[in-house]
Amino acid sequence: MLSIVAIGLEVTMMLTIVGLSQGMIADSQQRARGVGADIYIRPLGSNIMSLSTASINERLVAWLEKQPHVTLAVGSVVQPLQGISSVTGIDFDKFNRMSGGFRYREGGPPRAANEIIVDRYYARQNNLHAGSMTKLLNREWRVSGVFEDGKLARVVLPLRILQELTSNTGKLSQIYVKVDNSSNVRPVIDDLKSKLAGYPIYSMEELLSLISVNNTPGLSAFIGVIIGLSIVVGFLVVFLSMYTAVLERTREIGILKALGATPVFIIGILLRETFLLAVFGSLVGIGFSYVTRWLIMTLVPASLSQYIVPDWWPIAGAIALAGALLGSAYPGWRAARQDPIEALSYE
Amino acid sequence: MNSRPIIEVRDLRKIYRVGEVDVHALRGVQLSVERGEFLSVVGPSGSGKSTLFHILGGLTPATSGEVVIDGRDLSKISDAERTAMRKRLVGFVFQKYNLLPTLSAADNIRIARHIAGRDQAEDPKFREILELLGIGHRLDHKPRALSGGEQQRVAIARAIVNGPAILLADEPTGNLDSRNSEAVLSVLRDLNERLGQTILMITHDAHVASYGHRTVHMLDGQVVSA
Repeated sequence: MLSIVAIGLEVTMMLTIVGLSQGMIADSQQRARGVGADIYIRPLGSNIMSLSTASINERLVAWLEKQPHVTLAVGSVVQPLQGISSVTGIDFDKFNRMSGGFRYREGGPPRAANEIIVDRYYARQNNLHAGSMTKLLNREWRVSGVFEDGKLARVVLPLRILQELTSNTGKLSQIYVKVDNSSNVRPVIDDLKSKLAGYPIYSMEELLSLISVNNTPGLSAFIGVIIGLSIVVGFLVVFLSMYTAVLERTREIGILKALGATPVFIIGILLRETFLLAVFGSLVGIGFSYVTRWLIMTLVPASLSQYIVPDWWPIAGAIALAGALLGSAYPGWRAARQDPIEALSYE
Repeated sequence: MNSRPIIEVRDLRKIYRVGEVDVHALRGVQLSVERGEFLSVVGPSGSGKSTLFHILGGLTPATSGEVVIDGRDLSKISDAERTAMRKRLVGFVFQKYNLLPTLSAADNIRIARHIAGRDQAEDPKFREILELLGIGHRLDHKPRALSGGEQQRVAIARAIVNGPAILLADEPTGNLDSRNSEAVLSVLRDLNERLGQTILMITHDAHVASYGHRTVHMLDGQVVSA
């Protein structure tokens, strides 16, 4: 039973970390999609997946709106908070025109200089409602509204206020551009690239495809480390479990050997048992991954997002099985080499 | 009918290495057992009778000498061949029954057939043996639900399920009260008389030994009287 739970935890670790990475990537994609833009411009020399300081001159927004086929350009400032969260400053009027506006579950947009809006996950995680007070960037803020998630960011406030607070007056972190017709996206990008040399300029489709595990710095390595650790845990648990099982069953192994059981027969029994442990452990692990998802969505929905990843069930199961078989190899070898007379006299 | 003895032991010696000391467990044992014979081997602790049991059963090799069972010379076979020999040539009955605790009585018997590579289906003759042993109605029980006598009868059924040439019984009544001892010994004698099963029984009890046709005495690793 302990072995099944341990293998289950091993599988849960794998499914949770993969589910978290996929969930958070999908969450980012959804929020980027919710902006409603066609083109995305980053500061000179910046990386698409990293939060950067605001270094784009905001006069570029007005210039962009004068370019052929461009109907709207919206700049924003992104200020990192603790961990992986951030606060975004935006021109609410222009952003509403581009995205169709925030859908408020409670309250409405900021009216005063000390007001912000938060999405429902941030509100749930921090127990906030319209009218609540919260501390961000060393200031007290009043939550004027709680909006439906999937749009731009979790915490949003007026652009000018965030620019002043972060000493980025006249500067932007990124610019979203909307064009008159989707067929003009590529020509506009080509035109902008020729005029804005060195600026990373992407279509939103490119941006969404670039938001991936492989493009997130360190994420692939992190997933690899967690999976490696879970394999080690599974290996050690099965090793100890099988080692103990072989010791406890020394006499039974002796009986089987007295009956003429070959080493292959004995190892076969252990491997079958290991296989069953891995199968049941994997099922338990899949069940546990629903529990971790529930915990994450209940406790930290704004910071983390976990997907259930059925395509990883067979992979995690196979990895757990490989670790378990590896763990049972030495105990199996010991069992096969048991001297039947010594084994029969084992108490 | 083969008139040659089913067990022939000549100058059998076994030396164990215990630490840096050589222990001479058998010192030139000579023994011959006829087909269909029920032989009792009697001797005190340390006389070498268990070592003889282990060598005849192919559980351990001899140091020197010759052991021929049913025409097969055990001194010339490998470990793997000894393992194969235990499947069909010999059947064991131990003092502590040695049933697998997680299996039912029936499965304890079936696993011996499975290991020997035999069909799991019971033939009519085997059903008759089960009735003879008086355990036909107890086969679905786990060993812990059986009395010592019943467990030993299941162990006997397991030992003969593959039709071995010889049945080796090591103190088969050592853990039983007198009533169950009588029952088990009667079963062994019936198997010998009705089915012609060759039996070699080790005991230190003269009364138990009297169930055999013949008794040999061992002392200090040798057969001293036959």
